Amino acid sequence: MLNPIILEGSKMEKLKSTLPNMLLSLTVICIVASAVLASVNQLTAGPIAASKAASLEAAVKEVVPEFDNKPTEEAYMAATSDGDSLKIYPAKKDGELVGVAVESSTQKGFSGEIKVVVGFDVEGKLLNYSVQQHSETPGLGSKMQEWFRTDKNNQSVIGRTLTADGLKVTKDGGDVDAITAATISSRAFLDAINRAYSAYKSADMISAATSNNNEKGGNDHE
Amino acid sequence: MNNNLIKVFLNGLIKENPTFVLLLGMCPTLGTTSSALNGMSMGLATMFVLICSNAAISALKNLIPDMVRIPCFIVVIATFVTVVQMAMEAYVPALYASLGLFIPLIVVNCIVLGRAEAFAAKNSVISSAFDGLGIGLGFTLGLTCLGAVRELLGTGKLFGLTLMPDSYGSLVFVLAPGGFIALGYLIAIVNKMKK
Repeated sequence: MLNPIILEGSKMEKLKSTLPNMLLSLTVICIVASAVLASVNQLTAGPIAASKAASLEAAVKEVVPEFDNKPTEEAYMAATSDGDSLKIYPAKKDGELVGVAVESSTQKGFSGEIKVVVGFDVEGKLLNYSVQQHSETPGLGSKMQEWFRTDKNNQSVIGRTLTADGLKVTKDGGDVDAITAATISSRAFLDAINRAYSAYKSADMISAATSNNNEKGGNDHE
Repeated sequence: MNNNLIKVFLNGLIKENPTFVLLLGMCPTLGTTSSALNGMSMGLATMFVLICSNAAISALKNLIPDMVRIPCFIVVIATFVTVVQMAMEAYVPALYASLGLFIPLIVVNCIVLGRAEAFAAKNSVISSAFDGLGIGLGFTLGLTCLGAVRELLGTGKLFGLTLMPDSYGSLVFVLAPGGFIALGYLIAIVNKMKK
């Protein structure tokens, strides 16, 4: 039993692997680790929320006409035709609705979720879009941010007025040219757009009903 | 002593370069090197974790009983990785979005645990930190080289700067197969130079 001490020489002796020692050292390490993480989390929670809000605000600004209200504070949920609901950001100028931004997403991407903010004007015309998050293949599906706004053949979706049928790629009998070699990503992108439109449509009905109510006197709806 | 530290540092950077010589951490190597910038950022994030975890584990090595050393190492490493992840999400959200899943995966990167086990658990805090720096820089160097080659051949760009016209570039190098091909050739070149 003297061996370890002789081998270690003048060095501090290592804790032996007895049950209390093991329990103690693992527990202490875990407690210290959670304390460190808790404090870092507290430090970064603010900046993380701020940077997320900033990127959302920038996206909303990008996809709707000029507005003077705060769309992110007036956001509400609207149901899509497939039973989900998406967040709608109304953009108003002088109290008048000039367009809405819809925060849409789809799970049909080639690798993971795609998040897109889509802007419509009051007539349902697609004004602009901004891809917020995707994990599509670099060089293929990742082109979506540029591809669907390029005015070439039938690539662009900007300025189109959607219908209840939604947009489809040419391969599926639609009239939107898919990204070369990235049909799945293109389908997913259009799915996100269509979902946005469907939420926009259902929101349109709600807001029409609300504004009727307002005219009658009630002003407690927003 | 100083000479020793330089030796430890160079050992990680060149002689035992994790990407080209030890062939460790291949998953993030192939996964994140679709562009030079991504590769470099991944390397730097790993380097930070390596230096911190090496130093911490070396400082704690006498307080950790042998039989529970692996769980202890993993907790220490995971803590630093989570710190990096939260800091990245807060201050460089664009980079965080593009590296995404690979940041938490640093926890199971065999380079980090390997250095903790092979070096930090036996050496002093300072030389462990230098080992982390050397191995980390070596990993960064490897990932940046691979990312640069793949980006240049695949898209004609380097660090996002267009060097070649748009029509240039064969997509295969951006995809996984091209990653393997480029890595294979780079390793061959390194082996040739070492002889």
